[in-house]
Amino acid sequence: MRSTIGPALVLLGLVVAWEILHLVVANSGLPSPFETLAQLGVLFQDADFWKETAQTAQAFAIAVVISTIAGITLGILLGMNRTAGAVSEPILVNLYALPKVTLYPVVLLLFGLGISARIAFGVMHGMIPLTLFTMNAILQLKPVYRRSAAVMGLSSFDTSIRVVLPAILPEVITGTRLGFSLCLLGVLIGEMFASRNGLGYLVTHAMERGDMPTVLAVAVLLAVFALLANAALLALDRSRRH
Amino acid sequence: MTREGIIRLAVVVVAVAALEAACRLGAISPTVLIAPSAMVDSLWDILVAGTHTEDIFVSFVDVLASTAIAVVLGFLVGVVIHAWPALRAAVEPLLASYYAVPTFMFYPVFIILFGVGSGAIVAIAVLLAIVSMISATLTGLDRIPPVLGKTARILRLGPVERALKISLPAALPHLFTGVKLSVAYAFIGVIASEFILSGAGVGYAIAYAYNNFENRTMYGLMLLIVVAVTVVNTLLDTIDRRLQARLRR
Repeated sequence: MRSTIGPALVLLGLVVAWEILHLVVANSGLPSPFETLAQLGVLFQDADFWKETAQTAQAFAIAVVISTIAGITLGILLGMNRTAGAVSEPILVNLYALPKVTLYPVVLLLFGLGISARIAFGVMHGMIPLTLFTMNAILQLKPVYRRSAAVMGLSSFDTSIRVVLPAILPEVITGTRLGFSLCLLGVLIGEMFASRNGLGYLVTHAMERGDMPTVLAVAVLLAVFALLANAALLALDRSRRH
Repeated sequence: MTREGIIRLAVVVVAVAALEAACRLGAISPTVLIAPSAMVDSLWDILVAGTHTEDIFVSFVDVLASTAIAVVLGFLVGVVIHAWPALRAAVEPLLASYYAVPTFMFYPVFIILFGVGSGAIVAIAVLLAIVSMISATLTGLDRIPPVLGKTARILRLGPVERALKISLPAALPHLFTGVKLSVAYAFIGVIASEFILSGAGVGYAIAYAYNNFENRTMYGLMLLIVVAVTVVNTLLDTIDRRLQARLRR
C-alpha cells in the first residue's frame, strides 16, 4: 500500500501546483485542472473527437504492430551474428538519438500526406529501441543456449524461435514498452505537422484557435493513457523476469 | 581502427553511394530526395552565403541553454531526492515511467506561459532532458563504493571536502551518462518544437522550406542537423565509454 500512497501524493502535488500556476498566470490563459476535466467531459460527447481518436488509434495500432514485428526480427538477425551486431550498434544508437522530426519531410515526400506517412513515422520512432534491446540481449546470452541448439541440430530459424526468443523474452518486453511509448509520440508528432486528422491535429488546431482547455484535456488524456499502458507492460515485464 | 569500424564505414559509404547512384540515374525523383552530393553542395552554399546563420545560432544557443539548465537542475534535484528516502520512494516509480508520457504534447501550454520563442522551446527541452539527469545522479550516488565513505571518515574530511574530493569524482562516470542523454534530449526537444511551431531556428527553417517546396535548402539543413548531432553524440559517447571503462578497473 505504502508504495502507491507516495506517488499518489506527488501527483496530487502536481495538480495543486497546476492550480496555483493557473491562479498566478495573468488573465489565466492557462485553464485550471477542473476546467480541463470539464472540457474532457465535453469532448467525450463530441462525435468529431471520437473520429480523431479513431484516426490516431488506427495509425498507432498499425505502427505498433509493424515496429514490434520488424524490430524483433531485425534485432534477432543482427544479434545472431556477432560482427553484424558490433557493426550496426553505434549506427542504431545514433539513429535513436537523432531528432527524427528533422526527417519527417522526407517521410511525407515518400508516403504522401495520408495515414501511411504517420504510420511510417511512428515505426521510425518505435522500431529502433526494440531492435537495440533484442540485439543486445542476444549478444549477452549465455553461449550454452546456442551450443545446445547446435548440438540438437536445430536450423537457425528453429534456434531463433525455440531457443533464443524465449531466453530473451524479458528484454524484448522491456524494448516493446519503450517502443510503444515512442511509437505513440511519433504518430502524434506526425499528426501535429501537415495533417488534417488525429488527436495531434486536434491539439494544433485547438492551439491556433486559442482553445487551451481542449489542448490540455487531450494532452492529459494521452499522458494518462500512456502511463496506464506503460504500467500494464511493466507488470507483464516483472511477471516474466527470471 | 577495429575490423568492425572498417566494416561500419564501408556499410555507410556503400549506402550513401547507392543513394547517390539512384538519384543520379533517376530512380528517385528529385522532388522526393536529392542526391547526397547535392545536399553537401546545398549545405556549403547555406554556410557560405550565411542565409541561415541566425537560425543555426538560435538553435544551438537553445540546445546549450536547455542542456545547461537540465544538467544543473537535474543534478540538484537528484541530490535532494537521494538525501531524502521518503521522497525518493514516492518519486522513483514516477521517474521510471516518465518517458512513456508524450511530454511534447504539453508544448502548447508552454507557449501560453512564455509566448512563441526560446522560452517555451527551452522549457520543453529541459522537461525532456531533466529526468535522465535526475536518474543518472541517483544511480551515480548509489554506486559510490562504501569503502570510499570509510576512507573519508578516516581522513577526517569535512562534508564539502568529502563531496568535492570523494563523492563527485566517484559518481562522475554515471553523471556523465546523464549529461550525454541530456544533450540528446535537448536536441530532440529544441528541433521538434521549432519544427511544429516557432519563428526561428533550424527546425523552423526546415519546416518553412518544406512548406515552400524548397527541397534543396531543406535537404541542406537536414544534413546539417544529422551531421551535427552525429558528431556531438559520437564525441560524448567516446568520453562516456572511457569513463565507464574506468569504473570497471
